[in-house]
Amino acid sequence: MKHVFACLTAAMLGAVQAAAAADIIGTVTFKGTPPPEKEITPILNDPTCAAMYDGKAPTTHFYVVGPKGEFGDVIVTLQGVTGSTGASAPPVVLDQKKVVYTPTILVVQTGQKLLVKNSDPVLHNVHLNPTVPENEKANETLINTAQMPNGADLTYSFVKPEKFLKFQCDVHPWMFAWVTVVDSPYYAVSGADGKFVIKNVPPGKYTVAADHRKAGSSTQEVEVKDTDATVNFTFEAKQP
Amino acid sequence: MSKKSPVNYNKWMHNFAVLTAIMTFLLLGLGGLVTSHEAGMSVPDWPNTYGYNMFLFPIGQWVGGVFYEHTHRLLASAVGLLTVVLAVWLWRRDPRRWLRWLGVAAVVLVIAQGVLGGLRVRWHLDELGIFHGTVAQVFFILICAMALWTSRWWWALAGEERAAVPAGLRWLVLAATILVFGQLMLGATMRHQHAGLAIPDFPLAYGKVWPDTSPAAVADYNARRVEVVVGNPITAAQIILQMIHRVVALAILLAVAAVAAQARRQLGGRDGLARLAAGWLLLIVVQVGLGIATILTNKAADIATLHVMVGALSLVAGALWCVAAFARSAGAAAGAPAGSLCAGMDSPLALAGNK
Repeated sequence: MKHVFACLTAAMLGAVQAAAAADIIGTVTFKGTPPPEKEITPILNDPTCAAMYDGKAPTTHFYVVGPKGEFGDVIVTLQGVTGSTGASAPPVVLDQKKVVYTPTILVVQTGQKLLVKNSDPVLHNVHLNPTVPENEKANETLINTAQMPNGADLTYSFVKPEKFLKFQCDVHPWMFAWVTVVDSPYYAVSGADGKFVIKNVPPGKYTVAADHRKAGSSTQEVEVKDTDATVNFTFEAKQP
Repeated sequence: MSKKSPVNYNKWMHNFAVLTAIMTFLLLGLGGLVTSHEAGMSVPDWPNTYGYNMFLFPIGQWVGGVFYEHTHRLLASAVGLLTVVLAVWLWRRDPRRWLRWLGVAAVVLVIAQGVLGGLRVRWHLDELGIFHGTVAQVFFILICAMALWTSRWWWALAGEERAAVPAGLRWLVLAATILVFGQLMLGATMRHQHAGLAIPDFPLAYGKVWPDTSPAAVADYNARRVEVVVGNPITAAQIILQMIHRVVALAILLAVAAVAAQARRQLGGRDGLARLAAGWLLLIVVQVGLGIATILTNKAADIATLHVMVGALSLVAGALWCVAAFARSAGAAAGAPAGSLCAGMDSPLALAGNK
């Protein structure tokens, strides 16, 4: 009977907290002209790869910037907040398609599964480069692994937060993906429109961090009450 | 012993040593292609290749980076085999005990080099790649020296009276050769950091004579870089490394120019070592040009690989010059003809006399 009462109390508290939680929303903007992207010309050196693009090389996309400066692929997190729900969260998928990684910027929680797929008709080697020793140890048998055409998915999981952990394919050396590992469920990646939403943040004061692999990092303070809080970030182009 | 018919000269053994040296040179070039194409980890396993016995790996799967890494392994196996045959041949046929043992040393070195390459893949250690690139240069010197020591020219040298090479010149060449070796180690370090060009402009560096390497400046450089086939950001240490590489290149150019001028003045323009010194200078000039081209082409794979190959030739030119000059001088100092090199070793002359 005591257990039932405790469960009911916890459920009610959770419901109250969920009701009080709000979203952190915002927009990331890039001011100035980003460096010009380059054509991935090595793709054309391999007939099989070139055929996937009809002989027209795709470009890099380090700076996903819209016409009004909308800045995509920026990772937004709450600093110092822990409590990963990765173990129960659905897996994140990283695909190898048309000999590029899709997406190239992604976030997983500690304990969350990351599935790497090979949707290509060619072999890849999935080569990750953790800089945090615990993450290397947790994946030591899969640090550099062959994945045959349409082969079985490879499953990774990380135990410590790490920014921009590099995945690469050395068979196709232009293939990179950057996985950021976070220790909380409160994160977002800005879309091509520069917008982001971190959902269901409990009330409180937070430091919101925005990280871009090239443009750098920025932080802002925000207080979440019972309505959505807004935080906008602006990155500026580096001048030569 | 007649100058025209050295008793111990073995034409086929020498040709075989030359073949081994050429194959080693090509192997160095292929190794350069592996790093230039960032393909070193494209075959995740070793000694197997994607689970196959490496000699049975289907040609149809030699694609992308796998092509460079797998052919590098196959050629390395061929060089290993050639080295073993050469060592056995020397052991059975060459009268010089020291050279027979050097043949054994070459086998040990080539095996160690293969294992180093394999461990670099298995252990995912870039540092081992630097060591692998350096040992390759030492092995190439050794094989080229063996080709020299088995040559008709070397045996004939034993029957000639030649003036000693002045000590100052010999030590200058040795110093320049050591500088070249250090430069190649710097180059190997830069290549195995997988960060691409640390400085994209020349003759200035980020628009300055000496670039700003503060954290803010390096962050700016990285923000502006758009790399296609390298994933690592550059660091201040890498920028400084490339600056040192540039300064040492200038020092080598000046040193080898001095060697060429002094060799011509002190030995005469017709002396073989003076000609070798002139050729060495030419190699260094080409190498400097290739270094500049490597920067201006944003490290194009073929140019960067040529830079590795001509670097290896530059090192060997200096090393063989030293071998010949010190041997010639040792012979002259002892009152013996030039080729009776290496006090305490079985000289060609003495051996010829014993026959």
